[in-house]
Amino acid sequence: MEHLDRLEAQSIFILREAYKKFGKLGMLWSIGKDSTVLLWLANKAFFGHCPFPLIHVDTTYKIPDMIAYRDRLAAEMGLELIVHRNETGLAEGMGPERGRLTCCKALKTEALQEVVLKYQFEGLILGIRRDEEGSRSKERVFSERTKDAEWDYTNQPPEFWDQFKTDFPKGNHIRVHPLLHWNELDIWAYIKRENIPLIDLYFAKDGKRYRSLGCWPCTKPIASNATTIDAIIKELENTSVSERAGRMQDQEDAYAMQKLRKDGYM
Amino acid sequence: MTDKRDTLKIVVVGHVDHGKSTLIGRLLYDTESLPEGAIAKVKRICKEKGKSFEYAYLLDAFEEEQKQGITIDTTQIQFFTQQRDYVIIDAPGHKEFLKNMISGAANAEAALLIIDAHEGIQEQSKRHGYILSLLGIKQVDVLVNKMDLIDYSQAKFDQIKAEFNNFLSTLNVHPQQYIPVSAFLGENITTNSAKMAWYTGEPVLRALDMLHKERGLAEKPLRLPIQDVYKFDDRRIIAGRLETGCLSVGDKILISPGGKTTTVKTIEAWVDRDKQAAVEAGQSVGITVTDEFFNQRGEYISRVANPPLQAKLFKASLVWLGKHDLLQNQKYKLKLTTQEVECEIYAIEKVVDAASLDSNANVQRVKINDVAEVIIKTKQVVCFDDFSDNQSTGRFVLVDGYDVSGGGIITGLYTAAKTPAAENTEFADAHKPVAPIARLAATAGKPLVRLEREQRLRQKGRVIWLTGSEEAQFNRAVSLERELFDLEKQAYYLDRQTILDQFLRESTGDDWIAKLADIAKILLDTGLIVILASGTVERDQLEKARAIIGKHDFLEIDAEAAGEVGELTQLTDVAV
Ligand SMILES: Nc1nc2c(ncn2[C@@H]2O[C@H](COP(=O)(O)OP(=O)(O)O)[C@@H](O)[C@H]2O)c(=O)[nH]1
Repeated sequence: MEHLDRLEAQSIFILREAYKKFGKLGMLWSIGKDSTVLLWLANKAFFGHCPFPLIHVDTTYKIPDMIAYRDRLAAEMGLELIVHRNETGLAEGMGPERGRLTCCKALKTEALQEVVLKYQFEGLILGIRRDEEGSRSKERVFSERTKDAEWDYTNQPPEFWDQFKTDFPKGNHIRVHPLLHWNELDIWAYIKRENIPLIDLYFAKDGKRYRSLGCWPCTKPIASNATTIDAIIKELENTSVSERAGRMQDQEDAYAMQKLRKDGYM
Repeated sequence: MTDKRDTLKIVVVGHVDHGKSTLIGRLLYDTESLPEGAIAKVKRICKEKGKSFEYAYLLDAFEEEQKQGITIDTTQIQFFTQQRDYVIIDAPGHKEFLKNMISGAANAEAALLIIDAHEGIQEQSKRHGYILSLLGIKQVDVLVNKMDLIDYSQAKFDQIKAEFNNFLSTLNVHPQQYIPVSAFLGENITTNSAKMAWYTGEPVLRALDMLHKERGLAEKPLRLPIQDVYKFDDRRIIAGRLETGCLSVGDKILISPGGKTTTVKTIEAWVDRDKQAAVEAGQSVGITVTDEFFNQRGEYISRVANPPLQAKLFKASLVWLGKHDLLQNQKYKLKLTTQEVECEIYAIEKVVDAASLDSNANVQRVKINDVAEVIIKTKQVVCFDDFSDNQSTGRFVLVDGYDVSGGGIITGLYTAAKTPAAENTEFADAHKPVAPIARLAATAGKPLVRLEREQRLRQKGRVIWLTGSEEAQFNRAVSLERELFDLEKQAYYLDRQTILDQFLRESTGDDWIAKLADIAKILLDTGLIVILASGTVERDQLEKARAIIGKHDFLEIDAEAAGEVGELTQLTDVAV
């Protein structure tokens, strides 16, 4: 088996385990390349039927193209889509000017926790990858969150031989990470091989492109002339800048992501 | 990087502080696999904290880890050589975190085991060696690190090598190379070190490229554990991952347990690119079959001629990682591929001190981080293979409460007496209700039955009928009674002579055998384990006794054959 086939088979295995094990399951969908690949894999795993809803946590600060793209795709594919905002936070005027990490915590972490509670999710599928940043590299494939969405990363249970954590007290939920073992280049190589439709923010316009997508106030495009997937792959093969360098919340302090994620950030 | 490249997963293990993180940091640095700014960031953090630069900080992304200076969890990091890509797993050496070491190492295809040249072989060096053998990782290179601290001495290197090789060979682990290195200074990492001209082997990076991936999973017998069955539309799709072997449309298949056979009708796919007439090991597939039985998760698809083993009792080696000790007779959930069954630890045969390899045969519990040889009894039949035949279908985890608390490999079927198959079904029938001995019917209340007494005694009543020479029978009866007693069982050695002399004096001919059997049967009803040394008895008389007592309760044991502790424990199976 080739490298991408192995990655794909493993992700499908994980998705099927999650579907079998959790009564109430949802998949986080951020419109970005990773969640797009995830949706593709779900279609493969379940033979064209994505059997759980997609969840989009809408901060209202997303790059506008993303929202338009989201709605179009959802309609085209007939997806069940849950869009959720932290309305209380927004009504009180929450925004990046209050501090990036405070804003992320309110509009993403808290909003996500609201969805979990509202729909009583037992499992949440997320497209995070180990190579994105340090705290994600320590994740398990099935990773438990307490009622308060907290992640006890110092005391994670063992996970091996593809026997995942499927037993947990009621009220807790499991984050399922089917792309944990992929890296950024794998994602691009796979998008190319499978010919997966993708939002065009990733492709260079006027010498700039987004390498990672997020909220417009906190996400900066990189200088690039890569207008095709091949050009992007070439660019990535020769870069030593990290993927999330354009994500400003990560740079707030040396442990920004670790702190955010401990409280339940994606 | 193209699709054609190979990825090899390696794990780095060894005692705490022997230099695992440093080695990995150095490998990343030397292969230019670090993102820009990473070194600068680490330098900044070290400076802020008033510490000298450490490669380990590149990996120890977590705040706490940096404070304590130990790696808490497994990180997976990728780097590339010209030959291929590597996923490298940093396995911590701190004893408390053995579960993380195993989480990492269990997925690895090869291992680097690091020993500090200055400190020498430590307990964890050995324990990790043992666990590599338990996980079936055959490809191992040993790095003797911090050579700079011992003046790059060949003599000391040779000494460590000899000593450690001696230890590993008893575990059947045979390292490809022993490499003297200084991870911190980069000696013998990418190129041969000038400081150790006496070393003629490969530097680490070249040694890595010489390791090879396991091939041949597709050539092994077909094993497709069913993961789920989907009916999203008019297709009834059986989904699962081929652990080994291959499968084509039209193949005749066997579904175990149950033993139904059918034929593969289609191999399903969502996109055209995936439509294939044949699939092989590693693929997550969906098939339809010609005969639609009720299939479910946990069943095994195999070829008719080459089915998996099926049993409720098997031998295993396991490492325990749970918060609470693993106890005999305690219930756990066993997960093996997609099967999930309740099980109990039927017997703990021995607990091995992984570091010294000393073993203790007289224990009732397995503590955290211990390695043990056990016998497991499952509530339902499970399908599996010996780990030595098929790694992915020969290993399992145990769940205690909410957590995966241990992992093990199956070393064989467990068979006590000379008729293995019969024994296994015998115990499979352990839950069958037992017919009560007829006594005067109670006028009020529910009469007490044997099962209740057995539950109180935590044992299954049995008649152990000894055969062989008279002398051997009597000796065995006495020792057996003692051994069972020591195992906290209620057993009683019924002496034929006493019975004959005191109760059966009037009996003539062979009739005494039937009488003896009747007496044993009454005692059996009390839940007792009755040991009978009957002297020399003809075969047809013995069969008569067996018929009276009932074949499930009648255990014929050759007193002249050597018995084991495990066998004893099985004989006295706890009734549930
Ligand atoms: N002198 C010397 N020190 C080393 C070498 N490799 C690692 N160290 C030091 O040994 C200590 C423990 O190393 P670390 O990589 O954290 O060990 P780990 O616990 O096995 O990951 C650190 O202070 C390292 O700088 C080496 O080759 N030579």
